[in-house]
Amino acid sequence: MSVQTESLYQEIILDHYRNPHHRGLRDDFDVEVHHVNPTCGDEVTLRVKLDGDRVTDVSYDGQGCSISQASASVMTDLVIGRGVEDAMGRAEAFRELMQSRGAVEPDEDVLEDGVAFAGVAKYPARVKCALLGWMAWKDATSQALAAAGRAAPDAPVADDSLEEHPA
Amino acid sequence: MTPPTATGTTAAGLVAPYDVEAVRADFPVLSRTVNGHPLVYLDNASSTHKPVQVLDAERRFLEQHYANVHRGVHTLSQEATDRYETARERIARFIGAQHDEVVFTKNGTEAYNLVAYAMSNAATSGPEAERFRLGPGDEVVVTEMEHHSNLVPWQMLCQRTGATLKWFSLTDEGRLDLSTIDEVITERTRLVAFVHTSNILGTTNPVDVITARARQVGALTLLDAAQSVPHTPVDVRALGVDLLVATGHKLLGPTGIGLLWGRRELLAAMPPFLGGGSMIETVSMAGSTYAPPPERFEAGTPVISQAIGLAAACDYLDAVGLERVSAWEMALTARALDGLRSVEGVRIIGPDTTEMRGSAVSFVLDGVHPHDVGQSLDELGIAVRVGHHCAAPVCRRYAVPATTRASFYLYNTAAEVDALVEGLGRVKAFWGA
Repeated sequence: MSVQTESLYQEIILDHYRNPHHRGLRDDFDVEVHHVNPTCGDEVTLRVKLDGDRVTDVSYDGQGCSISQASASVMTDLVIGRGVEDAMGRAEAFRELMQSRGAVEPDEDVLEDGVAFAGVAKYPARVKCALLGWMAWKDATSQALAAAGRAAPDAPVADDSLEEHPA
Repeated sequence: MTPPTATGTTAAGLVAPYDVEAVRADFPVLSRTVNGHPLVYLDNASSTHKPVQVLDAERRFLEQHYANVHRGVHTLSQEATDRYETARERIARFIGAQHDEVVFTKNGTEAYNLVAYAMSNAATSGPEAERFRLGPGDEVVVTEMEHHSNLVPWQMLCQRTGATLKWFSLTDEGRLDLSTIDEVITERTRLVAFVHTSNILGTTNPVDVITARARQVGALTLLDAAQSVPHTPVDVRALGVDLLVATGHKLLGPTGIGLLWGRRELLAAMPPFLGGGSMIETVSMAGSTYAPPPERFEAGTPVISQAIGLAAACDYLDAVGLERVSAWEMALTARALDGLRSVEGVRIIGPDTTEMRGSAVSFVLDGVHPHDVGQSLDELGIAVRVGHHCAAPVCRRYAVPATTRASFYLYNTAAEVDALVEGLGRVKAFWGA
């Protein structure tokens, strides 16, 4: 493949795709959600376990392209073991990066392996793939907090990236 | 433009029944490059490109004759109306129809919805609309291979009216399972809406078998011909259906124009869908009466310049000859099926022969998601469609999340088919599949 594909399909992305972290649904969870990408049929089932304000586990299963699967894997690395507020901030940083069309320089301290997705922002058709797991996690976490009688630390950000396009 | 008798030769010994290179010269986009490679456009089932003849016709009309239609007495208005109605005649002739049986819509989807809402509106219309009435106990029949545009409107219609939706399921080979036709289409069936040639599987369905059973029970038939009218000669009377839908942008025409054909007496009895200007006969504050078809179904300013463009597309296709186009597409499809079969790990989703088939070929590649296949092919300049192709139930039926689809048209070459097959080899190497 050409140089351009390699900038989309970074080695880090391919590594997470081939060897996903934290994959598989685990039984100890608070909330389960199922999200789909209506344009391509990608789907993810995701479970969240919170302990107070800490994300103790995120487990998931699903089917999708390399971008959606690798992004979910990177996401679990970034949020498991972190405080909800910290994790939500990273989710927001990732969303901002994805919707920047390449204009935002990613912060490796915040996004770690997630910086490898900077190239995806230049492929609008693939941004939805990269956000699928993250949006599922935010949804599940907000529901878990609500069930525990707490509001999510951030007001949910209006998300226009997952709107349905004519297929 | 290609003289109908010209003969073109492309790569590897396949001989086209017309001069494909001369046709390609009419489509400027086909000589551009994508990601450093010559464009190989294999997404024709989604939308086709437009030859300069179509663009010129639309531009000439807009530059010299444009005005609103059916309204004014001034010269431009007369000219525009005359050209619009002449375009309707031309397009009607393309499918063997009379001009007043062809209704223009904004796309195919609107045409299905037009019929679905007309059927809802029949509940409160006069006795002439009896044929279109639906209620609890009545049934609408579709197939599992419908495009969402010929499925969702019927689901919605059944919700509104309390009627029941039934469908033909699919065989492992990608065909309709018609073994239960007498149980699926029954005395309670009011409408059978089905696809002529599937946009995802490529399957061409036996229209005669289905219409024969529908006639037995007095059900209306509606045919989705969006993928057949552009590729093969279609004669609405020979097909024996009651209603037929096609769309302009899949047959070298502009976007923004679809068409509904209906038998004259049927359209005459069908209640309107959208109300507004142009569709009326008389209007008072207390109520209105409606114009005869086709105007009854074309509320508001219609799709004027698109109709001019679409008529030019019909001229173009008839000059090449749809029989020849169809023959060439089948040669390309056969080559594609052979080539894809030769790639280890490829599974074709749909009929794997050219018998009763269109030129859309869906497949999956073991271990590589269709999105990644499509993206990697794009890097080689090859445009294919990936996803569920607005036919999600088909993907579910064959237990795949999505497919990659190549679809051919009159301007494609054998070399382009070979580029796809070779490209898949490179995709496999990149993904280690």
